[in-house]
Amino acid sequence: MKKVPVQFTLNGEEKAEFVESGVTLLKALREKIGDTSVKAGCQQGTCGSCAVIVDGELRLSCLTLAERCGGAAIETTGGLAHGEVLHPLQRAFNEGFATQCGFCTPGMIMAAKALLDHNPQPSREDVVEAISGNICRCTGYEPIIQAILAAARANSLSAA
Amino acid sequence: MELRKEYFADERKDDLKEIGQPRLRADALGHVTGTTTFFADRNLPGLLHLKMVRSPHHHARIRSIDLSEAGRHPGVVRILTADDVPHNVYTILTLIQVGPEDETVLATDKVRWKGEAIVAILADSERAAHEAAQKVKVDYEVLPAVLSIDEALAPGAPVVNEYHGQNFYRYDSGECRKVRFGDVEAGFAGADHILEQTYGSGPIEHAPTETTGCIVMPEGSGRFTCYTNTQAMFFTLDNTSIILQMDGAKLHMVGGTVGGGFGGKVDVTVEPIAILGAKLTGRPVSFIYSREEEMQISSPRAAEKLVIKDGVMKDGRIVARYVKAYIDAGAYSRHSPYGAQKSAAHFPGPYTVENVWVDSYCVYTNRTPSSAMRGFGVTIGDFALEVQMDKLARLVGMDPLEFRFVNAYRDGDMKAHRQPTEGAALIECMQEASRAAQWPVAEKYLQMSSARREG
Repeated sequence: MKKVPVQFTLNGEEKAEFVESGVTLLKALREKIGDTSVKAGCQQGTCGSCAVIVDGELRLSCLTLAERCGGAAIETTGGLAHGEVLHPLQRAFNEGFATQCGFCTPGMIMAAKALLDHNPQPSREDVVEAISGNICRCTGYEPIIQAILAAARANSLSAA
Repeated sequence: MELRKEYFADERKDDLKEIGQPRLRADALGHVTGTTTFFADRNLPGLLHLKMVRSPHHHARIRSIDLSEAGRHPGVVRILTADDVPHNVYTILTLIQVGPEDETVLATDKVRWKGEAIVAILADSERAAHEAAQKVKVDYEVLPAVLSIDEALAPGAPVVNEYHGQNFYRYDSGECRKVRFGDVEAGFAGADHILEQTYGSGPIEHAPTETTGCIVMPEGSGRFTCYTNTQAMFFTLDNTSIILQMDGAKLHMVGGTVGGGFGGKVDVTVEPIAILGAKLTGRPVSFIYSREEEMQISSPRAAEKLVIKDGVMKDGRIVARYVKAYIDAGAYSRHSPYGAQKSAAHFPGPYTVENVWVDSYCVYTNRTPSSAMRGFGVTIGDFALEVQMDKLARLVGMDPLEFRFVNAYRDGDMKAHRQPTEGAALIECMQEASRAAQWPVAEKYLQMSSARREG
């Protein structure tokens, strides 16, 4: 299989790999780069477990070709904390019992971050809309919605 | 959340250090940082990918299997067939003396459901395994299929599973699990009203976000490390040991982190064949269900058919309850003989009825084998029972909540399966529900207690 070079930043770090032409960003991140915070749930764009942020926009990495990400800035939940200091979303999910099995959590947090990056003070309806592409089979969503709203409140307090 | 501490106040302690205190989940920090290690979060050098060739028919005889073209496909390392499996016919609950063994790991002469595993391809890449699987040629003689409980039990129906010989599981108690309590015919004879209704449900898939799978590493010690998302570590260990005729000490099962289970990951469908592949190739093997397989192949909650006939008095007392329960196991037993047994024991629900008759059948059909799912054998029964309770209340002109107070079980009542009731709290739950939902009931029901029969 023909291999192509791909170069991008992942959570601020330069990454360069040769990948098979046609391989998804999901596979490249998990199997080549070793960022297993990105989860493979359906690999057909329906569950949101693989969601990452590419150049500021939420993307399903299972439907994104790695070779189309040359020069991009990619963010994943695996790079969100600074050492032991959690991002406000991570803290809110942890303290608000917004995880159970944890499999949807990294993609859910990415969807939430993409929302807050664009809209720091979202309404409940904004939050529901923002995570509407992410399936959680454990929590029933309510603790997740509350955690995202709590993180938004924490952000506004720290900004004030 | 509001804690109502006045109920059972003499049974509670409020000076405990851990119980009653909020504590963060031990695993949540890993979840929110993406560092929790799920079974698939491993890159092993030389990893082989396993792809299963599955039956496209509900019921068919296999005339022949031609592997020649698939075997020549670039990247294919090994193809496993039934001949490679040391103990190919198994049943999970043999561990608790449920028999006979009735399911093939890889099909031999027949397939009994659409999706049944026939041949396993091991290849260097997922793509090569997938492509080679398309090149396996299976010659089928399609057989008539039964796709519902009624079809399965109709006279002259095709036999789904020859290991049973008839389309239901034969218990030591006969063709079904039976509960006999009081005199149900006398109860009906003395009843003011009789209501018989039939309830039905379809199979329900758990749809966990993480699909079923495992990764197996053959170790230099001769052991096999199996990273798995099973919910049933010891069922998996013991059944793998039986199927592979391998000493359990050679099997190192690593698990405990499950990306959603809900009962859907208690069957033993991936580990034995992946470990066999690792043994025969000497290479690590990954066998992970696609989303399509998770939805179509992994076992769902059983479809059920429930016939409930009740005799009720004008004052609301249920005096006789007769139930025929049918649990659709699909083509193989898996956990369903146990599910049907639970179903029998669960009736007549959380109500005290003096005359009860239950027949609960585990039925075989040419459908995806069903298995565990949150309260299997009980949940659908509760749906049917509570709909029935509402209908009975309407029949006698009572408020549906008050009707349940009249019939609620209380401590000391003998249940139909001969376990005395203890620790009941149904009345207290309904009293609280009445307040919370602002659904008023007569004062006498608010004075009732689960601890006393009076009132």
